[in-house]
Amino acid sequence: MTSLPKARSRTISRLSMSPLVLAQVYRAFFQISFAIQLQYRASMIIWLLGIILRPVIYLVVWSTVARSTGGSVGGFTPEDFAAYYIIFMVVDHLTFTWIMWEYDYRIRMGDFSVMLLRPIHPVHGDIADNIAYKLLTLVILLPVVALLIWLFTPVFQMEWWAVLTFIPALGLSFLGRFLLGWTLAMLAFWTTRIAALNESFFVLELFFAGRLAPLAIMPVFLQSAANLLPFKWLVAFPVELLQGLLTPREALFGLGMQLFWLGIILVMMRLIWQAGIRRYAAFGG
Amino acid sequence: MSQPVIQLQQLGKHYTIHEREAGTMAAVRSLFKRRQRVVKAVDGIDLTLNPGEVVGFLGANGAGKTTTLKMLSGLLHPTIGQAQVLGFQPWKREREFLANITLVMGQRNQLVWDIPAADSFELNRVIFRIPPRQYRETLDELVELLDLAELIRKPVRNLSLGERMKCEIAGALLHRPQVLFLDEPTLGLDVTAQRRIRRFIAEYNRRHQATVLLTSHYMADVEALCERVVIIDHGKILFDGDLAALVKRFSPHKTITVELAAGRQDLSAYGEVIEVSGAHVSLRVPQAETPEVAGRLLADLPITDLTVADPPIEAIIDEIFIRGASNDFSA
Repeated sequence: MTSLPKARSRTISRLSMSPLVLAQVYRAFFQISFAIQLQYRASMIIWLLGIILRPVIYLVVWSTVARSTGGSVGGFTPEDFAAYYIIFMVVDHLTFTWIMWEYDYRIRMGDFSVMLLRPIHPVHGDIADNIAYKLLTLVILLPVVALLIWLFTPVFQMEWWAVLTFIPALGLSFLGRFLLGWTLAMLAFWTTRIAALNESFFVLELFFAGRLAPLAIMPVFLQSAANLLPFKWLVAFPVELLQGLLTPREALFGLGMQLFWLGIILVMMRLIWQAGIRRYAAFGG
Repeated sequence: MSQPVIQLQQLGKHYTIHEREAGTMAAVRSLFKRRQRVVKAVDGIDLTLNPGEVVGFLGANGAGKTTTLKMLSGLLHPTIGQAQVLGFQPWKREREFLANITLVMGQRNQLVWDIPAADSFELNRVIFRIPPRQYRETLDELVELLDLAELIRKPVRNLSLGERMKCEIAGALLHRPQVLFLDEPTLGLDVTAQRRIRRFIAEYNRRHQATVLLTSHYMADVEALCERVVIIDHGKILFDGDLAALVKRFSPHKTITVELAAGRQDLSAYGEVIEVSGAHVSLRVPQAETPEVAGRLLADLPITDLTVADPPIEAIIDEIFIRGASNDFSA
């Protein structure tokens, strides 16, 4: 058997993704996502309710506990809890991802094939879709924040450097959480029981991301464990930073940890992606 | 001769499937010991397509057509063998490759359901980096050929199946691919819509010298578009050649239909009577004897009309599958 002639050499094509091109691609994805999401306003609001209500519940519970135990828990007064959870709500909203609930459907229904036929990595469309949702819902979220500030009278101790550092920290959180979610979602290539995995993932987040309680008031062993996992750095860290709980040194270290985890997540994502699309082949049909 | 556009060598795709009997005990047993079976969806096929060819890729359900198309468009990794499309290995999914091919699947949607097709087209323009001028030209051309002017501003979910398919095809061709993989593009469409899409594919092929590999269950599609057909059965290629040769090789019979001036009469002495309706009688006659039988009929009987025809292509394909399954290829 003769072998086929060698594949033709590759030139730099008009399809190489310069930042400018990528910006155009994102703009096009945004337009589509806005158009779609505006058609599903009801489900958009329902999702948002969950995002708003959960931190408010923790806030109410912890404020009550603080008041009944002499005014504070682990150094957190009700006003501190208010500040923590209001910031938490905003950070969580801007950085959460739901891709792991959709990926499975996408694979089974063949939508994934359509994505693979495009000369662009599918993750871009998903990132754009996520950001589009965040931007649309910010219109509702901001008045809610104002309302909660009025109701719960939080004490913010923001410093200018912390506010400045918060911006890249939030960006890294978004990317880290999104790509971690995307990586986790790819497990749908191997199992149809992806919902169970997702639930375990959210339990980890509950404890280690500072969702159930600020990490500062958690038992020491949980805090130590949290340092070794990505959740603290991707969620609690930017919250604590903006609330003014960190020193400049801790802030820098936190940014470093965010970059470290982002690197790990990117490597994981790449490996799982490569294995995943091979695995996708096995579905046939 | 120019370089082939598509070249396959011993290309194969094998799946390992786990199977078990029905019932609880079997389910428990399968936890410990899983029985595996290898299914060869595509079992070592060789195929070459030259630029501008339109080839019909035929086979029963599960014969391996879609699996082959998916390998060629980069969705599946082959288990064995080699393939090149436009000089690329499809499953590497290089951008330059993806920008020059398209895969249309009759049952899949690339258009976003909730918004007008025009918006999805716009996304494709950016993703495929189609130069603005070329985009306008192509879109105008597609709108004209497929009669889309009224359709592309409506949300896709409000379109009929035929309208949607026309938009799907337009969306899949905006980047002017050189190679088209069409998997049942006319599935479920009414006759008018089928004809329209058929005419369109022929026209696109003519205008852009595109290479087309098409699967369809409608023989009318194949007869209208493809000079060459490839038949696949159980993952193996049974036939690769032009449609006329297929008929000749696999249909050793012709059908002679006569209209008798004297009304009904028994013609079983001339051949196998397959249909009698009024004064019309159809006979199945071995190909080699056709001229002789026709001559005798005309000499012996008062006949007002006589036609000789090949059996319908569906019947031939049917026969091939039946014979293919029993591996009887003496022809």
